[in-house]
Amino acid sequence: MSAPAVSVPSSSAHTLRNAVIRLAGNSQDGIQSIGGFLARLAGRTAQEVMTYMTIPSTISGGPSIFQVHLGSGEVLTAGDDADVLVAFYQHSYDSHISALRNGGICLYDSGEVTEIKHERGIHYFGIPFTAATVEALGGSARDRGKNMLVLGLICAVFGLDKDKLVTIVSRQFGKKDESVLRNALLAFDAGYAYQIGDLEKFTFVPGEAQDANRISTDGNQMLSLGLLAAGVRYGSAYPITPWSPIMETLRSELPKYGGVFVQAEDELAAVSMAIGAAFAGHLAITGSSGPGISLKQEALGYASMAELPLIVVNVQRGGPSTGLPTSVEQSDLMQAIYGSHGDTPRFVLAPKDVEDCFYIALEAGRIARKYSCPVIILSDQALSSRIEAFTEPDVDKHWVEPSLDLSPRGEDFRPYPLDKTTRHAPPGTKMAAGKYPHISGLEHDEWGHPSGNAKMHQEMTNKRRQKLLDAAAEFPLPEIHGESAGDALLIAWGSAWGPVKEATDRLRSEGYHVGAANMRHLHPMPNGLEKIIAGYKHVIAVEMNDSGAYGFGQLAMLLRARYADPKIKSVCKTDGLAFRVREIVTGVEKHLAAN
Amino acid sequence: MSTAIDTTTAAPVAEKLTKKQLIADHPTWCPGCGDFAVLAVFYKVLEKLQIPQEKIVVVAGIGCSSRFPYFMNTHSLHFIHGRALPLATGISLSRPDVHVFVFGGDGDGFSIGGNHLNHAARKNIRLTYVIMDNFVYGLTKNQTSPTTPIGRKSKTDPVGAIDRPINPMKQLLASGATFIGRTHATQVKHMDELFTRAIEHDGFSVIECLSECTMFYPGAFDDGNPRKGGAFDVIDEKQHDVKDDVAAFKLADLPSPGKFGVFYQVKRPTKNELEQRWIDDSQAKLGGASQKDILKKRFEAMR
Repeated sequence: MSAPAVSVPSSSAHTLRNAVIRLAGNSQDGIQSIGGFLARLAGRTAQEVMTYMTIPSTISGGPSIFQVHLGSGEVLTAGDDADVLVAFYQHSYDSHISALRNGGICLYDSGEVTEIKHERGIHYFGIPFTAATVEALGGSARDRGKNMLVLGLICAVFGLDKDKLVTIVSRQFGKKDESVLRNALLAFDAGYAYQIGDLEKFTFVPGEAQDANRISTDGNQMLSLGLLAAGVRYGSAYPITPWSPIMETLRSELPKYGGVFVQAEDELAAVSMAIGAAFAGHLAITGSSGPGISLKQEALGYASMAELPLIVVNVQRGGPSTGLPTSVEQSDLMQAIYGSHGDTPRFVLAPKDVEDCFYIALEAGRIARKYSCPVIILSDQALSSRIEAFTEPDVDKHWVEPSLDLSPRGEDFRPYPLDKTTRHAPPGTKMAAGKYPHISGLEHDEWGHPSGNAKMHQEMTNKRRQKLLDAAAEFPLPEIHGESAGDALLIAWGSAWGPVKEATDRLRSEGYHVGAANMRHLHPMPNGLEKIIAGYKHVIAVEMNDSGAYGFGQLAMLLRARYADPKIKSVCKTDGLAFRVREIVTGVEKHLAAN
Repeated sequence: MSTAIDTTTAAPVAEKLTKKQLIADHPTWCPGCGDFAVLAVFYKVLEKLQIPQEKIVVVAGIGCSSRFPYFMNTHSLHFIHGRALPLATGISLSRPDVHVFVFGGDGDGFSIGGNHLNHAARKNIRLTYVIMDNFVYGLTKNQTSPTTPIGRKSKTDPVGAIDRPINPMKQLLASGATFIGRTHATQVKHMDELFTRAIEHDGFSVIECLSECTMFYPGAFDDGNPRKGGAFDVIDEKQHDVKDDVAAFKLADLPSPGKFGVFYQVKRPTKNELEQRWIDDSQAKLGGASQKDILKKRFEAMR
């Protein structure tokens, strides 16, 4: 069946504040690049953007989508429903047409998609992506490059800044062979000039983010750069999805900073090497995803016991076991806090968006140094790969110069003083009293000598626990978005924050009195949270993990354990996808209605 | 200076390192344990080599022999079972100014930490590793170890061990270690010589030292002890080319007590050196830009 005649009424030319574009194809079609280019363009045109992608956990091939949410104002989610669906194949169309809003626009490859359903007022435009690309590039070209044709189409439909987009594309392809760039631009121009038929063009309201030096990138990239700014120069890890890009970046970047990142033989070696660098006096890092973090747990227990500073990144994915390696989940919170043997004080933080990945790395470095203790950063698959646009960090302001204190230690030096925070004397340090410290995983006395003394174990446990108590008093309380008292407080952590914030706005527009808080400091929780909670009838933790045996998600369990308050409830899900705003709204409304 | 953090300190005051300074707690080993002699020789060798006390780092995992760090008055760390080598790797690669020593037993080296031994060896990490092999798990009171001979009874092999034991020399040869030696805890002079050569080797140097567990496996190494009627047969390096791994493999196949001495030694760039080379090249390309400016430039490129 050929492309149907465009029988839908002409879409009226109008200006937009937001547009959600879903590109659906196969993973080798380069749809990620289209999304990447659009996201970078947003960063340069004062717009906001959030992307969302699914990738098959196979090496090559398989259905894949890339969704881009462009907005002139704040963009908090990748969008519940798409305004535009670009379908490369019949299977793309079949799987994703339901994600297109009523009356939305579907651009499809008329050479591939042969069966379409005229329903819900959807406007269809069949374009021979493949044939048009081959035509544009000269007969011999393969169909690669059709992503650039589609980028040209989108640029024309939404009246995007063509010059800036071409500059971005040129910078990307300019690194390669000249003919690659030429072909890319030929395909782009062909798409831009394509007569789509009875579809009028849209224009975006000018972007409101007028701040200078805007960048667009993903969470793994920002976390890596944050670690560099935080003074991390040594680390070790083992590859695992979706953590690997961080280790790849650190491995490539650290030599420039005089550092070393080691690809270890396994997760146990990786964490051990990082602990070795920490003992040697550096701020060191290891990272992984859930299964790898499980393997590191024994050594992490050691780091708590030996009181060594360490940053551990967990880019969470769907679990348990190999689970859903390329999907998002937040089911490693309990593992982060308690996943070891014995009582192991450690700190747990979570970045709330891509930009925050940079600042959370700095905060982790600060805490690790201050308390000489492991700090776990819980990122997740959604944050790791989605692109957002934001203001470039002020490197001068946040830069931490790495230092190694080898000054001779005085006669009163002890590695594990009961009345003070541990400050280790790294190798190379001379000891004035001529007595050298032992660093130990056995319970020990103030000198690090093994001690099975019952009183000593209690006192050392108290000493280690005290770090958490001090930190809870120091950590800032979350800011409240929306109302500071009322029907419900929504509590989010990690990448759930964006949709929770938007859900809060939507609930308020429906007349509910709702506030939202994001927990960056998950363990220990800051003191004073009880005062915030007191103002609401319901406290609802919104998280991507299972409600388990008792009907509560992991953060909800912790909140209930701390405050013993039955008004604390959960909105949970584990479908491997980021929260849609309406899922949260529905979940919250259910709790409100039950009252 | 190209390392991340300047580790050079003021010119050292010429202080003589004495064996006495190196002694910490009295060892908790059982009377007659072979490990005492290993410790005594290690003190002596450090005194001989005059390595500055604050630059000596002693690391161990878990086991009787792994109590070693507590008996050294130097910077020391007692880690978890099997992971002493990767931990020592972290120290070695991030601190070119210190000397890293790892002590452990056959369980740490060939069983729970076996994979790490292969990788630390192939990467040629600059450190010295002494495996005090007693053919038994002593700390946990007599279970079979990876080097326990077939037929030997233990609490986990009440009718005698049935699994083929590891041949440490062959294992190490295959792993890519660049200095491989074998000695016996009753042969003090030989230990001294071998430790000295291992420490002076620039790369991953590893020594298997047969060290008797008098409590659970007495007499295990009598056949290598002339005072007990055995033969301590030292490799003649005029006959054996230490660069010849095939010849070393053949030596490793000799029946117990086998040969002692240097089985294999070659010069190969260490990972320490190769990483530093990459650092130097990367920084040379950046023309001496400050670290902060490198990061700023990186962000500029993302605008």
